[in-house]
Amino acid sequence: MKKIAVPLFATLAAIGIAVSVYQVFYVAPLEYSYNEAGKFNGSSLFFNQKIFYFHVGHAFWLFGAVFVSGISSIGFLITRDPRWDDVASASTDVAVAFGAVVLVTGSIWGKAAWDVWWQWEPRLTMSLLLWLVLVGYVLVRKFAGPSADRIAAGMAIFGMVGVPFIYKMVGQSSHPAAGSQGVVATLPPGERGPFWIAVASFLCWYLALVISRVQSTRAEREVRELRERGLDLGVLQ
Amino acid sequence: MTALDEVQIRGVAKRYGHERALAGVTLELTAGSMCALLGHNGAGKTTLLGIVSTLVRPNTGTVAYRAKGKAVTGADVRREIGMLAHASLCYGELSARENLALIAGLYDVDGSPPAIEGALDRVGLDKKARDRAARTYSRGMLQRLALARALLTRPSLLLLDEPFTGLDRGGALALGAELGTLRDAGAIVVVVTHDLEAIAGRTDHVAILRRGQLVFEERGSYSYEQLKDVYHRHAN
Amino acid sequence: MELLRHAARVAWKDLRIELRSREIVYTMVFFGALLVVIYSFAFPNDARAIRGSVPGMLWVSLAFTGTIGLGRAFDRERENDTMRALLLAPVPRLAVFLGKAFATTVLVLTVAVVCTPLLALFLQAPLFAYPVPLILVVILGAVGIAVIGSVFAATLLKVRSRDVLLPVILYPLLVPLFVAGTSCTAALVAEIPNFDAAWYWIQFLGIYDAAFLVLSIWVFESLVIE
Repeated sequence: MKKIAVPLFATLAAIGIAVSVYQVFYVAPLEYSYNEAGKFNGSSLFFNQKIFYFHVGHAFWLFGAVFVSGISSIGFLITRDPRWDDVASASTDVAVAFGAVVLVTGSIWGKAAWDVWWQWEPRLTMSLLLWLVLVGYVLVRKFAGPSADRIAAGMAIFGMVGVPFIYKMVGQSSHPAAGSQGVVATLPPGERGPFWIAVASFLCWYLALVISRVQSTRAEREVRELRERGLDLGVLQ
Repeated sequence: MTALDEVQIRGVAKRYGHERALAGVTLELTAGSMCALLGHNGAGKTTLLGIVSTLVRPNTGTVAYRAKGKAVTGADVRREIGMLAHASLCYGELSARENLALIAGLYDVDGSPPAIEGALDRVGLDKKARDRAARTYSRGMLQRLALARALLTRPSLLLLDEPFTGLDRGGALALGAELGTLRDAGAIVVVVTHDLEAIAGRTDHVAILRRGQLVFEERGSYSYEQLKDVYHRHAN
Repeated sequence: MELLRHAARVAWKDLRIELRSREIVYTMVFFGALLVVIYSFAFPNDARAIRGSVPGMLWVSLAFTGTIGLGRAFDRERENDTMRALLLAPVPRLAVFLGKAFATTVLVLTVAVVCTPLLALFLQAPLFAYPVPLILVVILGAVGIAVIGSVFAATLLKVRSRDVLLPVILYPLLVPLFVAGTSCTAALVAEIPNFDAAWYWIQFLGIYDAAFLVLSIWVFESLVIE
């Protein structure tokens, strides 16, 4: 099982993304609106709306990754087994990359929809804040020295607990711009298929990346342990 | 307050990130003995002491504390531990008396002025200094205060991490003698040190760590020459 | 309860040392006052703009001085390794946390007590129009900063880059606290005060503090023991 996991998910992701691209550009309807007089309304999104699929696809798993990190960090603090920590740190690394995608695609979409490169609308704000917590985690792991795993685990747990508060906070303080809660439910029918395919593909992509990182960390650890045993036995220098 | 009479360290291992500090150490400590824990820097002595003092959690392995055959856990273990390290573990802004009063409160032992004065008398801390802030003390005075602090709670497990550094010859030998007295009174004493002379003739248990592993362990009396010899043979 | 008695002992030890040297209090308060002075120059003298920015100024001052105070208070436990002494004591490790968090709350509130009137004075902002909700939100904010800050300041005690890592860890986690604080203060300072909004944010902060206090109680020992 372990050996095929990465190639399996990577292949699924590749297929999924290829299919998504096709679906997004050829199957999903183009979004545009007409004003009252029945004339075409020029200020609509057209192709820029397509970025929505990649944006939200990554955003789903940005959030998922935060919870995966938080829960495996709890496992790590309880058991101190480094395997939990491997998962937490791999998930966070991937989440940082996904988060960057979410923020950049969100910004592009924002430019198209509201003509500004940044807008403090609820979900972008939330993504940014989560992303900052995740970047903090990565920095802590890098610079906190020998106990970095424990400290970062603490941060991941606190970050996870903070998610509902960030959610409530952005709901209240920003004006409900384009992108309120019901977006997925209110998707026009033609768009739902491509949307879920995109989400599923990015899940496979996330899993492929995380599992591959975890495997590589474990391999490194095994090599280190072997080397230690060799040194202990006097076989190595 | 039941005095500990046995500490069993079994298969204890600790990693810090990628560094392996300890690898499967098994050691047994008994009442009325002084164990010298020796080894080069980085061999894992401080980590092992940290684990025995409950401040460090091992990745694998256990430490079992017993008093009269019954297991002792949690805060009750800490109540029995006295620690003397290179740092004084005392607040510089507080005076000697205030530091001891604080400890007495935290450990729930007699913190009345006579008890505190008695503890400070026992270590020979200058009476005039007892109300000055501890950061004005000399190194020797600070060591005395640290010792008074460690002994105030009448610990049955005494852990010392390089207690002789910074002391002159006379001070080191006097401390060594004090430790011998405590051992004779039934305490479990563990000393991590490089100063073999100060503990020569007093230890009855020697354990040597190298790269996180226990490479030598023996009970018996050791003279200075014997300690040096055994150290050179095994610590490298 | 025993736990609270020990926590009180730890807190009193901190406060007593602070009362004696006053080092942290003086530097924190002075720093806070300096920030207020800088704000006064940094922003135009337009009453409406000021009204809008005063909440931010207050909470930014609390954030910065709070982090500095936390760093200093825990740095003290590094000298002579007294943190080890506290963790070695037979008191529950939780008592050490609660004591430290309480002492830090007092420090942050001391800064608030000085900075808020200063802000009201220099910027002619009506911060004290409705003192009770303001005091409530500032206390809740101070508690939040102290609780989360104490967990990580204690955890980072032996880490070399702790001065820079503490803000890196703390600020993202504290964002909801700052948003709640500034929104509540803004609602109180507005031309037409919005008590519903203010009350909402006070409740929000209350729940936030409670949630993180519980979390800290669960994980403190785990994080602080190596």
